[in-house]
Amino acid sequence: MLQTLAFSVFSCVLIASALMVIAARNPVHSVLFLILAFFNAAGLFILLGAEFLALILVIVYVGAVAVLFLFVVMMLDIDFTELRQGFLQYLPIGSVIGLVLMVELIVVLGAWAIAPGAEGQRAALAAPPAEISNTEALGRILYTDYVYLFQLAGLVLLLAMVGAIVLTLRQRTGVRRQNVDEQVARHPAEAVTLRDVKPGQGA
Amino acid sequence: MFSIDFWNWIISGVSDQPLPELAWALGQATSILAVVLVLLLNLAFFMYFDRKIWAAVQLRRGPNVVGPFGLLQSFADLFKFMFKEIVVPSGANKVVFFLAPHIAFTLALTAWAVIPMADGWVIADVNVGILFLFAISSLGVYGIIMGGWASNSKYPFLGALRTAAQMVSYEVSIGFVLITVLLWAGSLNLSEIVRQQELHGWNLFSLLFPMAIVFLISAHAETNRPPFDLPEAESELVAGYMVEYSSAPYLLFMIAELANIVLMCAMFSILFLGGWLPPLDVAPLNAVPGVLWFILKVWLVFLIFGLTKAFVPRYRYDQLMRIGWKVFLPLTLVWVVITAGWLVATDSFPQ
Repeated sequence: MLQTLAFSVFSCVLIASALMVIAARNPVHSVLFLILAFFNAAGLFILLGAEFLALILVIVYVGAVAVLFLFVVMMLDIDFTELRQGFLQYLPIGSVIGLVLMVELIVVLGAWAIAPGAEGQRAALAAPPAEISNTEALGRILYTDYVYLFQLAGLVLLLAMVGAIVLTLRQRTGVRRQNVDEQVARHPAEAVTLRDVKPGQGA
Repeated sequence: MFSIDFWNWIISGVSDQPLPELAWALGQATSILAVVLVLLLNLAFFMYFDRKIWAAVQLRRGPNVVGPFGLLQSFADLFKFMFKEIVVPSGANKVVFFLAPHIAFTLALTAWAVIPMADGWVIADVNVGILFLFAISSLGVYGIIMGGWASNSKYPFLGALRTAAQMVSYEVSIGFVLITVLLWAGSLNLSEIVRQQELHGWNLFSLLFPMAIVFLISAHAETNRPPFDLPEAESELVAGYMVEYSSAPYLLFMIAELANIVLMCAMFSILFLGGWLPPLDVAPLNAVPGVLWFILKVWLVFLIFGLTKAFVPRYRYDQLMRIGWKVFLPLTLVWVVITAGWLVATDSFPQ
């Protein structure tokens, strides 16, 4: 009973906040609703017994990606009237994409009805033994069967990071930089001089 | 937990059929209430302790008026905050403005759900406890950034941006420290991590010693504690993201900050100081209940926090970022490799 209740709450809030992401007028509110949606998705993962995935979702998406999102959106100077101008112009292409996505989702959900063999395929996947936690099960698959793909994904991410740094890093001339080692190594004897100033005569 | 057994016993007295789900829900609610009450009561004295340490270092008396030795000072402050007027800045985004302190406060208390106070004394003994703590502490930034933005004012916004950048930076090194600990213990469950230390000695006195230092310093930065209290550097930003807050919302922010600091102390004592374990497993020491050892360790780590606040001058922002990204990140990354290498080389993976 508690599980059903939790599922209903998580899924209702998830759908409502997903709607609000596109319906909210203020972009910052959109991002906040997106965060709420992530959070509820994590709740659904926990109900499925995938606690590792749920917490990784919270750590990576809510804790890091969405913070940067919020950062950027808060600092943008957004003109709401300008934002709404192209609405009617982009409506047809937007609705076509939406329709395609919906059809695809229906096909995915209806796969078991369309292809009767799919159910058997799903059943053939052996569930991990109960004594193995799902963190361990994921680790075993990632680092044994799919280790090359895993490494490849890491390399792609590294490449993206290097690319972003190369694009934004520029060496400006005439900028004085701090050298902490030099500052720490400085000795009072060469930095401070004591002067005996007579009163009323200034330096 | 005992509270679930207690409710089972009550229900069996009242009705004929057993109601395990109801007993579970009532039991959990009771334990949550108990932990929150004890925690909040403790926080009042942590606050007092903090001010007393600070005063002692500066040769002042500190709070000494309300109650014996000023012990009730925090409660006087509480009532003062509660009865002040709430001021909302014009043009503030009201919903987000009031949501922010509540989010900060709720998250600060939520994390305590997975902290084992003694063997079996934990509300939710989840097997990814360490990840849960990490997730909750990384969410803490939302209360701050929302509060800063919703205030519709420049200083709070700058303070919020600083805090967000600072917390995200130091989460990286804390994450790697947690990875070394979980490699060493072979589990993500906090109770299991403590039990491993029962077998092999405290993590502080092992290969993880440098990581304990890094964790302690990162914890200061993560909770915006001096010397890393740049988000509220009063000489530059007045009070950072809290400038526009008054009365009870301000109080919520303050309690959340303190609860996060104490949480970091609790995490340090669980990860490195053996949680509820006595320092030596000998006769007079191991007769003391585990929960007392745990509380003692949390207070000791908090003493370090208090002394650091009094001793160390505030860092410059570029120095803070340099330590986070150029010192701690490479160091922790190398240490993950060293720890894993040691475990492979000596074939001493924990079972």
